[in-house]
Amino acid sequence: MRHTTDSRQRHAGPAADQLPRLLPADSGTGPAGLGEHLARYGPLRSAGLSRPQREALIDEVDRSGLAGRGGAGFPAARKLAAVAAGHNPVVVANGTEGEPASCKDKVLLARSPQLVLDGAVLAAEIVGASQAVIVVHHSVREIVDAAAAERTQAGADRVRIRVMTAADRFVAGEASAVVHWIGDGVPTPTRKPPRISERGLGGRPTLVHNVETLAHLALIARYGAPWFRAVGTPAEPGSMLVTILGAVNEPCVCEIAIGTSVQETLSLAGGASAPLQALLLGGYYGSWVDLAAAQALPFSSEGLAVLGAGAGAGLIAALPQDACGLAETARVVRYLADESARQCGPCLFGLDAIAGELQRLAEGSTSDLSLLRRWLGQVDGRGACSHPDGAVGLVRSALDVFKPELGQHAQGWCRATRMANVLPVPPRRQP
Amino acid sequence: MTAGRRLLVDPIACDGRGLCAEILPELITLDDWGFPIIRDGDVPGQLTAEAREAVRVCPKLALRLERPPKASPRP
Repeated sequence: MRHTTDSRQRHAGPAADQLPRLLPADSGTGPAGLGEHLARYGPLRSAGLSRPQREALIDEVDRSGLAGRGGAGFPAARKLAAVAAGHNPVVVANGTEGEPASCKDKVLLARSPQLVLDGAVLAAEIVGASQAVIVVHHSVREIVDAAAAERTQAGADRVRIRVMTAADRFVAGEASAVVHWIGDGVPTPTRKPPRISERGLGGRPTLVHNVETLAHLALIARYGAPWFRAVGTPAEPGSMLVTILGAVNEPCVCEIAIGTSVQETLSLAGGASAPLQALLLGGYYGSWVDLAAAQALPFSSEGLAVLGAGAGAGLIAALPQDACGLAETARVVRYLADESARQCGPCLFGLDAIAGELQRLAEGSTSDLSLLRRWLGQVDGRGACSHPDGAVGLVRSALDVFKPELGQHAQGWCRATRMANVLPVPPRRQP
Repeated sequence: MTAGRRLLVDPIACDGRGLCAEILPELITLDDWGFPIIRDGDVPGQLTAEAREAVRVCPKLALRLERPPKASPRP
């Protein structure tokens, strides 16, 4: 970490326990420009790192305990080290965020684009890549373009930054699908092996990190691992962005210390706007949990494991008591089935069958769970990516948390009185 | 030496023709849509010949017989 010593003397950086770290502290909506960004965080010296300095940085990231913020939570340092070992690598910043309920990557890119670009450039320098491809949701493309242009004008980087618009599909954010999209314009996952860290974009070792992961990386390089670990839990250090939506007063993206209680996290969105029954945690690959069981738990993968849930990509969706969890889940699973890349048989046919059967249960036209359970078992783990597994996990949690509703639906009634949907799903496209 | 080998299906290449399950029903069953489910674990020595045959006849070249991957926690 010698290379940041001088910058630390010049700029102590934000207090380690102060949040937000990634988003601007004010409630404005515009992006922080390069000048504002540097004034807040201080300079980042990334160009011309020697090999020992690059290795020291990977060690620092390892000590920080930074895990991927895209949902899978893989240790960031291990990915860096794997790609750094390869020849002529390339770095991809993944801001695809194809999940319709999640906004945290879009908000991060819209408000702190320079921090993400810092991280992407830094990652490229660490692994020895000359190019970083930033793949972003179309809604923030112009902001990221402007941020990249500002850096070019300032002559800030040695690494070439290329900005691309992501494909607008659910599975397009999976790492191999992002590589497939950049390389061939096809937003579908590819077979493994080979791992993209060995053979990815153009056959080159490819580092794909979520944009939030890269933003944290840029702060760890500046202020060090102990600073990063000053918030969060020992097993899951640092802060994370969460998207809070559903029946809350102020749906928002905010930054929490990992391990903040679920209840306190909900209060950041102004608290519940109606009596709640359950929460969807993690994302559409996540899990339903009973509100009463989850409220006091820490929002972390370790803390939520007792309920079979995890922090995932930081989604918290609040389901009010007057909505039907089965109907909500059926709608989301139909969407997930439609969003299958249609490459793997068990996903293409199995998810479609599961979505249909769940719809029948939600409508009350069947009460027999045996077929659904059989298909959940057959589909789990049988795709080239985790799309079928994610959907299966969601359905399993729904059958568990909404068990009382299953009985009611079988008898022909439902507790729900509201017709409005809680979980966002885009209009159905014609396959 | 074939000890410690495993059958792996490439789910993208697989088209659900089902020949593998006919040749090696001991280790391969079909799901409700005709796609192969491979039993966990190594291929027992006495089934090695059938496993090779199942790999050979797959019209999509979707089945492989491989040594288990090195211990790795990658998702």
